[in-house]
Amino acid sequence: MRFLTANPSYLQVTPLALVILLFLLFPVATIVIVSFWDFNAYQLIPDFIFENYEFLLTSSVTLSAYLKTFFYAITTWAITLTLGFTVAYYLAFYIRSPLLQGVLFVLCTVPFLTSNIIRMISWIPLLGRNGLVNSTLQEINLIDAPIEWLLYSDFAVVLAFVHLYTLFMVVPIFNSMMRIDRNLIEASIDAGASAFQTIFQVVVPLCKSGIAIGSIFVVTLVMGDFITVSLMSGGLSASVGVLIRNEISLLQYPAAAAGAVVLLITVLIMLSIMFRFINIKKEL
Amino acid sequence: MAALGKTKRKAGFIPLTIIFILFIVFLYGPTATIAILSFQGPEGGLTFPMNGVSLHWFRQLFEEQQVGDFGGSLTRSLLLGLSVMLCTAVFSLLAGLAYRRSFKGGDALFYLTLVSLILPSILISLGIGIMFDRIGLSPAWYSSAFGAHLTWTLPFGLLIMFAVFNRFNKSYEAAAIDMGATAWQTFRLVVFPLILPSLIGVCLFGFTLSYDEFARTLMTAGTFNTQPLEIYGMTTNVTTPVLFYALGTMTTLFSFTLISSALIAIWAVRKSRARKAPTGV
Repeated sequence: MRFLTANPSYLQVTPLALVILLFLLFPVATIVIVSFWDFNAYQLIPDFIFENYEFLLTSSVTLSAYLKTFFYAITTWAITLTLGFTVAYYLAFYIRSPLLQGVLFVLCTVPFLTSNIIRMISWIPLLGRNGLVNSTLQEINLIDAPIEWLLYSDFAVVLAFVHLYTLFMVVPIFNSMMRIDRNLIEASIDAGASAFQTIFQVVVPLCKSGIAIGSIFVVTLVMGDFITVSLMSGGLSASVGVLIRNEISLLQYPAAAAGAVVLLITVLIMLSIMFRFINIKKEL
Repeated sequence: MAALGKTKRKAGFIPLTIIFILFIVFLYGPTATIAILSFQGPEGGLTFPMNGVSLHWFRQLFEEQQVGDFGGSLTRSLLLGLSVMLCTAVFSLLAGLAYRRSFKGGDALFYLTLVSLILPSILISLGIGIMFDRIGLSPAWYSSAFGAHLTWTLPFGLLIMFAVFNRFNKSYEAAAIDMGATAWQTFRLVVFPLILPSLIGVCLFGFTLSYDEFARTLMTAGTFNTQPLEIYGMTTNVTTPVLFYALGTMTTLFSFTLISSALIAIWAVRKSRARKAPTGV
């Protein structure tokens, strides 16, 4: 107990540590253990078998789900990065009144604090067969028949992801941009660089860590998602998360656990690559 | 800088402004659409054109439900949100203070907290669900879902606290100690008022993130649904879609009210401080 009185930090950090231990480390350990268990229709059977993994890793369903998930992750990442960077760039370098800048920044981040499910559902009246987009396009005679791929398609899934997660790019990139010494940009222009050269050779390298943080959020959120994919694809498309979710609803916990472990490893590999670009503590 | 700003503003200001406006429309448009649709008459359907204008669906929402448990799920979500908010604020404030000194295991715990934030939610949900099942407890919104929510809100709280204390000017504290204040007085009278606006921000995050949380609640809520689960249930067996739009509109309005109250509170705290200390803090 002596170390507790010597450094009060240990006492202060205890609640956080307990939450992490009880609700992060134990559950993840449980998943790893259960992924080796056997199961039948009624119960879990403690065991040490590799069948869950064997089935998972040899199934073509898994492969296509992973390909689909990577497709969603990469497309969403590319679009959110471009859009998020542009918006952050505009806010950081074009809005000069700090008050207006603050207001616009809040405007961009408020949706984060509202319900994701409702934001997703909101697309249905717009994109549906007789939705606002189709009826408008028909009215102005741009199309003859309703476009079918607007809703319940990969397009709808990616659109919803971009809608939900672009602000995870805007915030960290904006944060990095605000730290860039404005003289550097001036110097770049003075040295004869064009606006695009300045953006790509001065601004982008200086907000590398903001971009990395945003990418980590977007990629991990998309990789682990199941609700957006099942809602916006109308159940037509299966991502890794959807597969796990299906196994959960069939009460095949060991199979779901094995799927979760493989997903975890995949995400950790991707993270270890992205974390090379940043020092999180310096960013705050 | 001023000269640069002027030349830059000419190049690209208008296209970028247009992109920004489109982005805002993209962000808020869909929610605004269902808000408009929810004011339809009793015959209203899923999409446009609207069938009359009325408050019919909002009235329906508060009348007895044939499906679902709107009132109960709302109460549970509010209670859960409030307790998650309270714990997030207290736990992350304490942890933020702890990290002002270095201590053994601090780095490991910090990285684990980050992992807790970026780990796919379905993993946490599944893990806590199976764990409760294995130790023979039945999951419930006030136990397992409460813990699951903390794994999502605490990292945000801790990151905000890190940001606050990284920018914290220690000379105010030093001055207080020099003038003979005890550690508790220094905290209560100097540190706490300075970080209060950020703490309000942590509370806002804690409440809204919990109130809207879906993925981590899915396997941890047990028998009784929270509000987002209830809403999700309604999407899969929609009999009256407009009712559902009305619910969405209510929920969004509620979130907006909370966010504006928090922003006003932060602004008020700053303002009253500016009045007390004209030199600015």
